[in-house]
Amino acid sequence: MKQTLLHEEHIRLGARMVDFAGWHMPVQYEGVIEEHLDVRKNVGLFDVSHMGEIFVRGPKALETLQWLTSNDVSKLEPGEAQYSLLLNPQGGVVDDIIVYCIEKNKNYLVCVNASNAEKDFAWMKENSKGATIENESSLWSQVAIQGPHAIELVASCIGPEVKTIKYFQFRPINRNGKTWYVAHTGYTGEDGFEVFLPNDRVVEFWRDLLEKGADLGVKPIGLGARDTLRTEMKYTLYGNEITAETSALEAGLGWVIKFKKGDFIGKGPLESQKEKLTRKLVGFKMVDKGIPRHDYPLISFDNIEIGKVTSGTMSPSLREPIGIAYIHKDWAEVGKEFFVQIRGRLAKACVVKTPFVSTKI
Amino acid sequence: MSNSQDTQLPQELMYTKDHEWAQVDDNVVSVGITEYAQDALGEVVYVELPEEGQKVTQNEPFGVVESVKAVSDLIAPVSGTVVEVNEALTEQPGNVNDDPYGDGWMIRIEMDSEKELAALIPVGDYEKLIKK
Repeated sequence: MKQTLLHEEHIRLGARMVDFAGWHMPVQYEGVIEEHLDVRKNVGLFDVSHMGEIFVRGPKALETLQWLTSNDVSKLEPGEAQYSLLLNPQGGVVDDIIVYCIEKNKNYLVCVNASNAEKDFAWMKENSKGATIENESSLWSQVAIQGPHAIELVASCIGPEVKTIKYFQFRPINRNGKTWYVAHTGYTGEDGFEVFLPNDRVVEFWRDLLEKGADLGVKPIGLGARDTLRTEMKYTLYGNEITAETSALEAGLGWVIKFKKGDFIGKGPLESQKEKLTRKLVGFKMVDKGIPRHDYPLISFDNIEIGKVTSGTMSPSLREPIGIAYIHKDWAEVGKEFFVQIRGRLAKACVVKTPFVSTKI
Repeated sequence: MSNSQDTQLPQELMYTKDHEWAQVDDNVVSVGITEYAQDALGEVVYVELPEEGQKVTQNEPFGVVESVKAVSDLIAPVSGTVVEVNEALTEQPGNVNDDPYGDGWMIRIEMDSEKELAALIPVGDYEKLIKK
């Protein structure tokens, strides 16, 4: 199994380690609920070094990314980042990604999910329009610093200049002749940064964050809380809400699909779907007892299957069960009620407004 | 993190390979999950138990216990009729973590046959099982 450079740190911090997409990763240190609340209240550190870093370079870099991704990469100036999708020709999702513009037209970093990194790299090379595409995942570590005190903490470790990096912008910085990328991004709903740095610096950086953040209440956070944090925001997770078979439009990701930018993989099928979507991704809460879980069926009051749960958990912030589901469009409005089938029992649930919790972002 | 390995197992209880404990009192068996099980599961946020009067069958699920991340079946150590249910766990599922052998108990079963007790594991063997 693959390990990040922080593996020993996790063990020392008492983490419970699990297999995640072929990586031996911390699922929790002190407990999912506590860690979740630490991020919402103070600041948490996530080792996200398992995520993939794929560079798209050369004179054909922009043209290639415009073809490969759904968002409009031509809008990106150096130092700007953009959430986007790699689509398949059927309009399904290959992966959700963040594209970072390092040098306009000729140098971009694409950050991809760990579970998809190899697949994405092969896909991008196969469908390239002449760019130089390199998978540098094994050279880079990545730490996410998330929570109300994240900016303060990163400023004290890297320098006060990080405070001027706007949301969804990033900046290259030079440390001992090597480049780091400090990005004002994240996937928790809290303010924070994601820092890309060379492998040989990550242990030192991680320890420095823990030390300088002690007074701010910093804690290491496992994958368990990472999942509950994104679920509370109704952020999609590849494999749950979005897959090769789901439509990005049904998933509510129409805002990153720019039909007017020119041709791109998956455009045709999505365009023809626009007017005839039959289901929608919604957030819901339980009226009856029970916790909704991935793949539980949704049943209408007249006993028709109308959807499926994609993610569900006990919300640590709200202390009540929450769920995300694909549901038939006739039930997709806030306030609509239906059943979730939980181990054979029908438990009433209700569509609610999302995100489930309100944060500063 | 708690160190379940160092915690003394109650000597008077019987155990199952599914990490339930059973306390036998004449023909009534109290059931819960072990310290080891609660630690492996993490914070318990939901417990679903049968109702009084319901029948349960040895080695078959009688309820579920859920953490934030996972759903686990609760397995009946003996067959019989549920005569008491720990209703407090509905409001305070965390009792399963805090006091697995005490306030975290789940149900009491009036057993059909004492012969089934032979399938339960004595404390020494259970200790070996969880140290593997």
